[in-house]
Amino acid sequence: MRTNIFVKDRVAVVGAGLTLFRRRLQETPRELAWEAAKQALESAGLTFDDIDCIVTGTAPDAFDGLHFNGEYIADAGGFGKPTVRVYVGGGTGVFVPVAAWWHAASGLCDTVLAVAEEKMSPAHPHPQGVFAYIWDPILERPLGPNLIWIFAMEMRRYMYKCGATKETIAKVSVKNKRNALDHPAAQAAANITVEDVLNSELLVWPVNRLDISPVSDGAAAVILARENEARRITDSPVWVEGIGFTLDNTHWYNRELAFPRYVNYAARMAYKMAGIERPWKEIDVAEPYDPFDYKELHHIEGLMLARPCEAPKLLEEGWFDRSGELPTSPSGGLLGVGNPIAAAGLMKVAEIFWQLRYEAGPRQVKKPVHYGVAQAWGDLMQAGTVIVLGN
Amino acid sequence: MSSRSGRPQPGWVNPPGHYLKRDEMYSLVGLVEYPPRAKYLFSAGQAQSRFLMGLKEGKILGTRCPRCGRVYVPPRMYCEYCHTHTLEWVELPGTGVIHTAVISYIGTFRERRKEPVIVGVIQLDAPGYTPGGYEFAGLFHRLCGVTPEDVMSGRAIGMRVKPRWRPPEERRGDINDIECFEPIEG
Repeated sequence: MRTNIFVKDRVAVVGAGLTLFRRRLQETPRELAWEAAKQALESAGLTFDDIDCIVTGTAPDAFDGLHFNGEYIADAGGFGKPTVRVYVGGGTGVFVPVAAWWHAASGLCDTVLAVAEEKMSPAHPHPQGVFAYIWDPILERPLGPNLIWIFAMEMRRYMYKCGATKETIAKVSVKNKRNALDHPAAQAAANITVEDVLNSELLVWPVNRLDISPVSDGAAAVILARENEARRITDSPVWVEGIGFTLDNTHWYNRELAFPRYVNYAARMAYKMAGIERPWKEIDVAEPYDPFDYKELHHIEGLMLARPCEAPKLLEEGWFDRSGELPTSPSGGLLGVGNPIAAAGLMKVAEIFWQLRYEAGPRQVKKPVHYGVAQAWGDLMQAGTVIVLGN
Repeated sequence: MSSRSGRPQPGWVNPPGHYLKRDEMYSLVGLVEYPPRAKYLFSAGQAQSRFLMGLKEGKILGTRCPRCGRVYVPPRMYCEYCHTHTLEWVELPGTGVIHTAVISYIGTFRERRKEPVIVGVIQLDAPGYTPGGYEFAGLFHRLCGVTPEDVMSGRAIGMRVKPRWRPPEERRGDINDIECFEPIEG
């Protein structure tokens, strides 16, 4: 990687907002985007007139059932302003603030509204059918795959390579759903046990129903501002210290599945920019992407918050609990809060923002926090997106 | 612009949105159902067309990068790492080891299957890669002769396998010309 990481302009997150995350919401995609944007603006004491540029994000149009969905939701704030939609599959949620960052860091815009929306409920009776179109039409679709297969295959490889058991991995689901009990937007918050996960419907061994995050509707938004503007807006800006994003090839079955190289490269880029040399010591709170429970452990290792194959052991020791050494998914993550794809990634960024401002209320982690990282992943085990925030 | 108000933010405590139960959604005013009517014909392209022709003849073909020596299966027209044109075709023995294997109880649309199917990633024997390295030539396919116990115990991973071909008259130049990958006896 050769990227210019010596960007002079500092950019801060100054506000964040969320809608409810639910299996079905009555609001249209643009109403959801508008609600989240309004929340974020109000939390920063701003109005739409104060915003220079807009970055929107939403995952495949096929969920909403509308093409140009990014433009469709953009009139919730982008009317008459420079607006762009970014898209890297599930990685979109973290890519939206990354793109917002370069709009501001380049000096192009002083204030940027980053909004991500997902409405999966229109695809009925279940959006699983829509996921069929992510597979290669020549070599994969003729085998009749289900989206969950690819995760099961990666999880099986991870379990084999790292000696992790289903019982240990289920503890991620237990932890995140419990954390989500304190989250006002949460859809799948619950006090469950490892047995509940193991006894839930078996879909594709080793994946049971409760190893997976739910199908959701929802939206999230954050406001980014250049340093001078950020200091005018708030006394406690949360700085974007580093960003990273990389893409691997589409041939997921030509690569070692036990370690996410695509996340690791993006993390290295972000840490280098942030001047972080030992992330496992310097990062205080993390929101790794957790659409499946093993994915959180997998991504913790990709983010170098644990050595390869070390995350299951640390999880058992309570290392990643809210009261632990390195709390992960204190929000409740996708497993607990819900997974409106693009909005879920941005919800994670919003959580790090609230954690670093000590505004997370009952979700606030025990330890003092200086640096936090949020990450998402997308496409066929391909796209890694990372953002490092600091207070 | 005003400064930030007190914490936590009032709006945040009650996130907006109106939840619908399943029945409520199906009884909404103005609900429109629309099944998309679109059909696609996908061309397999330069590299994969030849690969599919090879399958019809019972051969697994790959392309070799002239610069780094990686042999690609499935074949690419260009090397992803070197951005060179991969013109040289190589026939592989088709043998390999299981990289990962799972047991699916559901189909594409989440319907329960009558019989579970075992699928996985097969790491093929191909030159140009570091043994035990991150990248390898391989295919995603069904596995037969592998039991659910083999998958769950981890015995399946690392098992040596070879393709089980459909009879020549049934082959159509399709990934399904390989019925599955099965363990090599002995």
